Amino acid sequence: MVMTPEVLTLSETPWLFTGVMLGKIIVAFVGTLLIVAYATYAERKIIGRMQTRMGPNMTGPKGLLQPIADGLKLFFKEDIIPSQAHYLAFILAPMMILAPAFISIAVIPFGGDLHFTYDGTLYEVPLQITDLNIGVLFIVAMAGLGVYGIVLAGLASNSKYSLLGGIRSTAQMISYELAAGLSIVAIFMLSETLSMRGIVQAQQLPIWGIESLSFLPNWYIFTQPLAFGLFVIGSMAEINRTPFDLPEAETELVSGFCTEYSAMKYALFFMAEYANMITVSAIAATLFLGGWGGPFFGWINFLIKVFAFMFFFIWIRATFPRLRYDQLMFLGWKVLLPLSLANIVITGIAILLW
Amino acid sequence: MAANTTETMTINMGPQHPSTHGVLQLILELDGEIVQKATPHIGFLHRGVEKLSEHRTYHQIIPLTDRLDYLAPMSNNLGYVLAVEKLLGITDDIPERAERVRVIMAELTRLKSHLVWLACHALDIGAMTVFLYCFREREHITDIYEKVSGARMTSNYFRVGGLSEDLPEGLDSEIRAFAESMPAHIDEYEGLLTGNRIWQKRTIGVGEISAEDAIDIGITGPALRASGVDWDLRRDNPYSGYEDYDFEVPVRTNCDTFDRYKLRLDEMRQSSRIILQALDKLKPGPILADCPKVVLPPKQDVVNNIESLIHHFKIITEGFKPEAGEIYQGVEAPKGELGYYLVSDGSTHPFRMKIRPPSFVNLQALPQMVEGKLLADVIAVIGTLDIVLGEIDR
Repeated sequence: MVMTPEVLTLSETPWLFTGVMLGKIIVAFVGTLLIVAYATYAERKIIGRMQTRMGPNMTGPKGLLQPIADGLKLFFKEDIIPSQAHYLAFILAPMMILAPAFISIAVIPFGGDLHFTYDGTLYEVPLQITDLNIGVLFIVAMAGLGVYGIVLAGLASNSKYSLLGGIRSTAQMISYELAAGLSIVAIFMLSETLSMRGIVQAQQLPIWGIESLSFLPNWYIFTQPLAFGLFVIGSMAEINRTPFDLPEAETELVSGFCTEYSAMKYALFFMAEYANMITVSAIAATLFLGGWGGPFFGWINFLIKVFAFMFFFIWIRATFPRLRYDQLMFLGWKVLLPLSLANIVITGIAILLW
Repeated sequence: MAANTTETMTINMGPQHPSTHGVLQLILELDGEIVQKATPHIGFLHRGVEKLSEHRTYHQIIPLTDRLDYLAPMSNNLGYVLAVEKLLGITDDIPERAERVRVIMAELTRLKSHLVWLACHALDIGAMTVFLYCFREREHITDIYEKVSGARMTSNYFRVGGLSEDLPEGLDSEIRAFAESMPAHIDEYEGLLTGNRIWQKRTIGVGEISAEDAIDIGITGPALRASGVDWDLRRDNPYSGYEDYDFEVPVRTNCDTFDRYKLRLDEMRQSSRIILQALDKLKPGPILADCPKVVLPPKQDVVNNIESLIHHFKIITEGFKPEAGEIYQGVEAPKGELGYYLVSDGSTHPFRMKIRPPSFVNLQALPQMVEGKLLADVIAVIGTLDIVLGEIDR
């Protein structure tokens, strides 16, 4: 006898539901934190390799304890708040950057369904904290909130370099959010859902509905290559990675918006940067590379895709110089935005015709 | 109706700023990100080299010159010793081997200085990898420096009348291997930068200065040649036997940062050519001129020969006395024309020494090159001018 799995609900099995939810939240949160810590290590090692140097190798075996040492060091540093800074906003800003970066993880499906029996009933647990029916919109909204943190940090520091950094990031994030946001509209048109889980499931169908091609994954990177490119470029700009790291531009603005920050607050900015990198990689893996689908066990596929993206971002950082402010605006508004609009129109026509 | 008022923001760029290449302070008046006015303030690294020189014997000044352009110490040494030799009238007595070694070291210095320039210029514009690649090669040159003079940066290697020591055994083949590998390394840097669209966008048309303006200001070196003026002291006013070598003086005409970048890379290729030619022509021989009143005798002679002992004693305790007169000697340092103007009153130390540092003169072009441009261009222009504050402030 095959049992149909039941979905956990708060009303029928409140304790089990709460327990499973807490478990998922802890796994996702701790997992992200760990990846954040070791993303810094990986970045330093990989870039070190690319730049013919060693990277961290003294703290622990192969330098593996370096992230922990860095964290401890920053934790014990003196926390300086400039006397002319706006006290409340200055403290709030780093949190306002970090929180949205982590919240977005909540709607990302990191694996398929998990089945287990409890008390004689078979239950089904989706490996995702919550499956919002407007998951993608939620992510875009959270990314928008993250900008406030940088702007606030720039303004509250009451320093001219920070101010310039804040202004740059406002302009940059607004322009690139538009391009990145519009590029994924084409995905919704194909998947006909905004739920992240739904989008992954749509990518598990045979490509273009042709059964004989079922050996090819129906990942949207194949049907929407332009949207993929636009999304990657746009999100790179949104998370301030090279070549779009203008808000912090160390050599121009002396680290821009985080010039005046020290100790743990400074560390929060860096954690946010890496958390954002993970979020963006996870979104890209979900929307374009079929999420947890692939040859291995669910979440392993997903992690491989996320790490591949992060490697790509690190690689880019070792390769490219930084764009200039006006060139960045030009690229955002006059190249990426028209292209993403054109992509939507073309996708629409294609859907109408077939 | 409230009137819209706009204000410019004055920003202090430096002296503590990662991209001002030392302790340069720029007072920038910004309208948004556009630079309205740029005023360089210098003097934070002033050590009074010119004044100190007036109380030292001619030989004691050589270590001071190391610290002018600390990225190219041997070029500074060379300019100074050539000036003193000219003042003494012993320019023609310098042995051939000493001149060849001087050229080899001067061109290695050019490579060293240009490598640091490219590294920092690229890093300022955001390309981090080039920085480390360049420093990898620079490390070889510093190693060669160390083997030759004992010091990695402040070499103090040249002497009035020749060199302090001969090249250590086997070093010529090491230098040859390095000079032969250099063009391939330059291609590697070019592979990362030249064709890169972002690099091109950041450098083409940025920091332009016309040939007329460049001449009016007195710009020399790569910045002048990238504005289309074919002027190189090594060819047009040769010293140390530069006329014996077959090399080209690269000239470009677009006057912008990209052309200065390409031009310096071409210069580096030519420098490796000169080094290889000089190594080919290098023959065993004396490394010091036969001028006992000026040049210290070999240690062996000092203990065996009374005349040598007296000369040694006189040179060490008192120094030599050039005839009263004045002299100017310019050399093509990596950054431009480095000139020494010496006035002698017949005593053992110069009455006056005036240094014409190329960076100091080239820096004057900065306001003209950045006004009306963006903040990020200021960084690119500081990088492309290749200034060193040790030389500007002296």
